Amino acid sequence: MFFWSLVLIAVGIFSSFIYGRSRIKLNSKKQGTKSKSLPNYYAQYVLMWCLFPALIVYFSWAIFQEQIIQNIVISNFEYIEGAVYNEGLLLAEIRNVANNPSFADGKSIEIINAASHYSSLRQISQISFYTSIIIIMLLGALYASQKLKPEFHAQHTIEKYIQYILIFCSSVAIFTTIGIVFSLIFESLRFFAEVSIFEFLFSTEWYPFIPIREGQTAAEGSFGAVPIFAGTFLVMVVAMCVAAPLGLLTAIYLAEYASQRVRKIVKPLLEILAGIPTIVYGFFAFVSVAPFVKAFGQSIGIDASPTSALAAGMVMGVMIIPFISSLSDDVINSVPQNLREASLGIGANKAETIKKVILPAALPGIVGAFLLAISRAIGETMIVVVAAGTAPNLTGNPFENVTTVTVQIVVALIGDQEFDNPRTLSAFALGLVLFVITLFLNIIALQIVKRYRERYE
Amino acid sequence: MNNSIAKEKIVSLRKKRSLEDMRFKYYGFTAMCLSLAVLVFLLYTIFSKGYTAFQKTIVLLEVDYNQEVLKLTPDSSDEDMEKGKFFRVKKQAIENFFPDLSKSDIKLVKKLFSINVDKEIKDYFLDNPEVINTKQQIWVTAHSDVDQLLKGNSRRDVPEDRRKLNDIQLSYVDQLVEENRVKQVFNNFFFTKADSRHPEIAGVAGSFMGSLFTLFTVFILSFPIAIGASVYLEEFAPKNRITELIEVNISNLAAVPSIVFGLLGLGVLLNVFGLPRSTPLVGGSVLALMTLPTIIIACRASLKAVPPSIKEGALAVGATKTQAVFHHVVPLALPGTLTGTIIGLAQALGETAPLIMIGMIAFIPNIPTGLTEPSAALPVQIYLWVESAERGFQEKSAAAIMVILIFLFMMNAIAVFLRNRFERKW
Repeated sequence: MFFWSLVLIAVGIFSSFIYGRSRIKLNSKKQGTKSKSLPNYYAQYVLMWCLFPALIVYFSWAIFQEQIIQNIVISNFEYIEGAVYNEGLLLAEIRNVANNPSFADGKSIEIINAASHYSSLRQISQISFYTSIIIIMLLGALYASQKLKPEFHAQHTIEKYIQYILIFCSSVAIFTTIGIVFSLIFESLRFFAEVSIFEFLFSTEWYPFIPIREGQTAAEGSFGAVPIFAGTFLVMVVAMCVAAPLGLLTAIYLAEYASQRVRKIVKPLLEILAGIPTIVYGFFAFVSVAPFVKAFGQSIGIDASPTSALAAGMVMGVMIIPFISSLSDDVINSVPQNLREASLGIGANKAETIKKVILPAALPGIVGAFLLAISRAIGETMIVVVAAGTAPNLTGNPFENVTTVTVQIVVALIGDQEFDNPRTLSAFALGLVLFVITLFLNIIALQIVKRYRERYE
Repeated sequence: MNNSIAKEKIVSLRKKRSLEDMRFKYYGFTAMCLSLAVLVFLLYTIFSKGYTAFQKTIVLLEVDYNQEVLKLTPDSSDEDMEKGKFFRVKKQAIENFFPDLSKSDIKLVKKLFSINVDKEIKDYFLDNPEVINTKQQIWVTAHSDVDQLLKGNSRRDVPEDRRKLNDIQLSYVDQLVEENRVKQVFNNFFFTKADSRHPEIAGVAGSFMGSLFTLFTVFILSFPIAIGASVYLEEFAPKNRITELIEVNISNLAAVPSIVFGLLGLGVLLNVFGLPRSTPLVGGSVLALMTLPTIIIACRASLKAVPPSIKEGALAVGATKTQAVFHHVVPLALPGTLTGTIIGLAQALGETAPLIMIGMIAFIPNIPTGLTEPSAALPVQIYLWVESAERGFQEKSAAAIMVILIFLFMMNAIAVFLRNRFERKW
């Protein structure tokens, strides 16, 4: 279906273009006047009217077909009195039987009936899909071809259409944001209907109950997210303790001391560090750093767990070094040269100039960079999933096992995703918190950096 | 007298200050070296853990293709041969693997072989049907435990109950080594097979194809949209509230954690639109939305780099604004936009968390062939192998990391090449 409909649309595009071109040439010859725009614009006009309505139909069909068919099948399903059905399982079974007739053995008669209903509906849907696409394309071309008169300004219309397309492209970003906000808020509201928001924000017990079977739970869960927030904060602090000094000093060295040659070699190397996928850092933390931290903890008499906040935080710190160093590098470079020269001119040496003049001048920008790095660290997932652990633990000891917001989101959504229990929904509530905090940090950081730039420009 | 004291003070102060200067410079240098040292250590760790995965251990097995046992005759048809009783041949071969094996010993010997051996014995026969009623020496894949032992990844000096292979099995392996009936060869399975529960026959082909399909989706979706958006914002957008909102939106979207995009995919693409779970189509859509801001920012920069005189020249000879932009500015900015897109794709390739959210973490033992088929992706495959308790998967995860890093390196090299080859300096 996917492939052939694309072929169909491609044929439509091609023929409508040719048709539009020849038609306008014919029309203008008939009337003996020159057309107002070049023939290609008329062809494009026909093409757009042929293509876009068909694409809209195509996508809405692709999106809604399956759901509509499923709804019809379910609503026509002959339920047996007294039996309890799980809609999702039932649907999966019907689909399996419909796709693979060999699965039909031993299935009840109503499922086999529903499966044949399902496949017949699919067939109807396919046929009507192709016919409607062809009809829509023809109608569009017909409408457009009525306008193919030499006095019609095709170019103006086309340019207007192109504007609309461009505006649509730029609004995708807005749609994305709206989608994020709505999906997070909608599912979070469902979560907060079952768990009070105060318990979520202020209670210190996080035991999300796990449904053993449908409708059965091991125990009532409790959803106090404080240990998770604390764990996130701890990992972030460790990461910043590594990344802030190393990143900032690297940036200072590169901006103020290093020769052109060193800069040329080191900067791409730091970019490599920035481009390594986070799961690779996770592997590194798990295989090299965590055992090292454990051994180190034992050597100084602290019982370290095999996955610890320290290991995850340190590796996360390494990950954000290039982030901090490149941002700070930009900031330091944009400090005006005359400040430097004035300081050196009154006899200060380089270190004094940097410490007493450049860093204070660059401070807002550096703070902005740090805030962005913090938001990066909070939102980072794979390192902590692999190296930090999954059990909530309210502690300030970095050698212990902690968990973070991102880890809990992953844990809640791995495996069965039943959207009717708070355990799954808690992922969205945590995601909402994460989104709000990182957005807040970003807005502040971008404001600070912007104001800082304005000061020196 | 006073003068000389003052002088001395000044000299010592100057010495102190210049020492301070030196020290500060040294701090910076150390910080830089430390960061780079970590990079080197990281790459070293990956290489040293992973290079062994490119080899597999094979064992010489004597197989008797007896027609009675196989229930075949020399002139059986191809279809019958497919149905030959190869598991019986394998059982016999293992029973005769060492002379005089007891029943319990046979069980132990069986565990030295991969689960794939049945298929290898069968494939050998189907390739050379003339070997019926002969004894053949065939190299077959060893079990991961044997493989790990011979590679030195698992130790033999730990107590027996904490080892995968017990003492008898160890002695068997030693005997095999002594008799040269075991050797290590290039591991073709790693590049031709998808994920498996058995480390010795797990490979990256499935997840690699999954990643390729995902990247294809990302490219198809994000490249046109990004170009459209950046052309609009750079060339056409009026300076008003809405444009400003879009710009702020894009810069904030660039910093939203990737896992939130995964939640978007789960909440909207899967639950509302009902797109198929675990497929490159959904994964690619989510990653496209995620990388869109990055690509838009790069595209805008390259559009900005085209000097206004080009556009003004076109306008001066009578082109409309749309013509000037699409016929002159965009083609000149195209190399830059492509470079930006490739860098965005490289970012998408390494992204793991959003793919986990939309279910690409499922165990998929076959190689996907389309956008709407459930599949794995390279980074998720790495995650699955890192988390796996089985020792044999650890070297696999490191080797898969090598594959992804080489892939990334090639993408970046292409981007740099495009930039150097086609980018114009005005």
